[in-house]
Amino acid sequence: MVTALGGLRICDFSGQLAGAGATRFLAAMGAEVIRVEDPVTQGYWDALRGMPPFVDERRGTDYGGPFNNHNVEKLGITLNLRTDRGKELLRRLIAESDVVTENFAAGVMERLGFPYAVMRGIKEDIVYVSNSGFGHSGPYRDFKSWGPLAQACCGLAFATGLSGRHPAGIGYSYMDHHGGNVMAIAVMVGLLHRNRTGEGQWIDISCTDAGALLNGPALLDYTVNGRPLRRPGSPDSNRSPHPLMAPHGIYPSAGDDNWVAIACRNDGEWESLSCVIAADWCADQRWASLAGRTAGQDELDALLGGWTGSRDRFEVAAACREAGVPAAAVQRPSERIDGDPAGTDWGLWPTVTHSKMGKVRVDGIPVHFSKTDWVIRRGAPCLGEHNDRVFRDLLGCTEEDLRSLREDGVI
Amino acid sequence: MSGPWGAEGPPGALDGVRVVELASEHGAFAGKILADLGAEVIVVEPPGGHASRTFEPFLDDLPGPERSLWWWYYNTGKLSVALDLRAEGGAGPFRELVASSDLVLEGEERGLLAGLGLHYEAFEAARPDLIWVSITPFGRDSERGREPMTDLTLLAGAGPAWSCGYDDHRLPPVRPGGNQGYHTACLWAVEAALVALYARQTLGFGQRVDVSMDAASNVTTEAATYEWLVAGATVQRQTFRHAAVRETPPRLMHAADGGSVIGALPRHAREFAAVSEWIVELGLVDEFEEFFFLEMGVQRGGVLVPEIASDPEAAAVYQAGSDALRFVAEHVGAMEFFVGAQRRGIAASVLFAPEDVIGDEHFIARGFPVEIHHDDLERSFAYPGAPFHAPASPWKVRGRAPHLDEHAERLLGVPDGGAG
Repeated sequence: MVTALGGLRICDFSGQLAGAGATRFLAAMGAEVIRVEDPVTQGYWDALRGMPPFVDERRGTDYGGPFNNHNVEKLGITLNLRTDRGKELLRRLIAESDVVTENFAAGVMERLGFPYAVMRGIKEDIVYVSNSGFGHSGPYRDFKSWGPLAQACCGLAFATGLSGRHPAGIGYSYMDHHGGNVMAIAVMVGLLHRNRTGEGQWIDISCTDAGALLNGPALLDYTVNGRPLRRPGSPDSNRSPHPLMAPHGIYPSAGDDNWVAIACRNDGEWESLSCVIAADWCADQRWASLAGRTAGQDELDALLGGWTGSRDRFEVAAACREAGVPAAAVQRPSERIDGDPAGTDWGLWPTVTHSKMGKVRVDGIPVHFSKTDWVIRRGAPCLGEHNDRVFRDLLGCTEEDLRSLREDGVI
Repeated sequence: MSGPWGAEGPPGALDGVRVVELASEHGAFAGKILADLGAEVIVVEPPGGHASRTFEPFLDDLPGPERSLWWWYYNTGKLSVALDLRAEGGAGPFRELVASSDLVLEGEERGLLAGLGLHYEAFEAARPDLIWVSITPFGRDSERGREPMTDLTLLAGAGPAWSCGYDDHRLPPVRPGGNQGYHTACLWAVEAALVALYARQTLGFGQRVDVSMDAASNVTTEAATYEWLVAGATVQRQTFRHAAVRETPPRLMHAADGGSVIGALPRHAREFAAVSEWIVELGLVDEFEEFFFLEMGVQRGGVLVPEIASDPEAAAVYQAGSDALRFVAEHVGAMEFFVGAQRRGIAASVLFAPEDVIGDEHFIARGFPVEIHHDDLERSFAYPGAPFHAPASPWKVRGRAPHLDEHAERLLGVPDGGAG
């Protein structure tokens, strides 16, 4: 089968999700992604290798559920870079690669003996992509980071919460996902440029810069109008100042911790919603205009919440949408994954086969390509699972070499 | 050279690539990124302008088609032509634009373009190298393609809202702020578009690239998804920390100046040493009752995570490390905590509002805020810039957003864009 990135080889030091998420996508598109891991620490420079959830009672470096999710379709090798023979094998691997990726803190590749200048000496057109919390320049370049820290420092966590309360933050490593997405973009930028000019480069991502891109209108409201997001009553991310909409919120519904989101984009949609609700309070002339609905939004939200509160959230959402009003139940993981045909119709939850964990469902890719679609079938590599394949078949090591590399703790 | 604005410096990776974008609320960010990467992005608007020109906020709070800061941000570096695709006077020039383009980006309602004969299949035979990227709520062929939706309803249905909010579950789940459902779909659209461009370079053909906004947010919820897929467990939202299957301790700390900070709890000996030295430097040893346990943390070589549950001494040391960070935070400003902790080797962060980011010395030193000149206003404004440094093919904001139909003459050779 023709794949979009067939023939492309990535020497991959990335881990966690901010790095691994990038090469996961590229692997699903057909790139040969070779994860390089440390045998001495059992690959635990990526802590997710041993983290829950687990499929059963087995534990250890080959059983982490998150690691499997983030590293499907990749190959895994071990290399002890404290040894000269390990370094030599890495030089040979880089020579055979198009791209080197990593998301260590700044300075780690230098300490390993492989800064960009060395890599370029090995392969002149190498595309090297580093991804760290704060990038490799600027006063915070040596600072450590991961998802929650990055999204606090880039403005996203602040922007998420309810009026009159401390920001709630984002309840997962959103910036790990987008660190990965931006990293995939960076890799492709490097490759497109290389294919056209023959020139490689070092692309240096700052995850906090990437996060600060994701709040544009609020930021311009400050730089252009001088209006900060930190002001009384703000932010309230269940409301919509940009563009202004009202009502716009998440409302209670029947049952325990059940909620439904409803938004009216214009006066017409409010009229339609009024017809669905069919209550006297809807006729209040204050609600007929956006200005009135915005000025009385607390009261309007309370009235709307009173209507939704005793009703089934899926029925409310369906009735609203039928009337042309945007609405959706807040879905639990079980509901959106196993109860919503949108995901299953898409093939969004493929099952992979992992050498030790067996069959496990994982995240799919939210994009389909008409001619070179993605493939996710193989689970994440166990530690050193593809040593023979890579060192023998790619780098030309003999069986004798492999035996001695193992005995000497190099691989 | 380097996109429509003749910007200085090396061209972007997409220099020479022409993109036709049908203006849409949910795809605009993807077009902006392609323009920042050096593509010539032509945004096609209906006569009278796209609806997003009416989106708040506005320059000086005064509405007007050229005053929407929403439009400004999501359309930097693009060119604009106004075309009525429903009339031959508009459809004809649109076909010509597509014929001269490498990539089409659109998010039209299901069936609309097919009804006008302006869908991918209408161009595919003549242009097998054309790439056609659709960003739609549930995918281009979904039966649900006409459902009304917004960023809020998208994030409610697709998972992110379930994981965000407060410990008090009488309060509703919270939407991640800033239209993140749209951003998520657009980032996926861009990485997919770049892969399709690469495949065209190497394989010679174009193709249709179909992005589902619902799918994109569904696979952007980290543990919420894999806890369910792997263990059949459901995460619950918590204030300012990850949604989790089992409740985790509070993370947020309040600094002496009212700012908020978070930090990684000490586990290694060097981290216990660093925080105890910090307390000494602040002259607060006598006020921190658990100081003894910090020293114990150094002496015992730190604590291992499994020990915390089984070994009371390890648990006391670990708790003291947590309490020590909170104690320090309460005695210093938020920035002093953030920078001081990081300089001492303890991962930490500060809760920045967007306006804090754009004025912070690190982001400025990285060149993240960029001045964009608005020749029409004879003013310049700071914009968010690039998420990465790519010296040979930079990501660069290449100019202000276009006025409505500003480039009709240049692109179509007629002053009014043929829109009638």
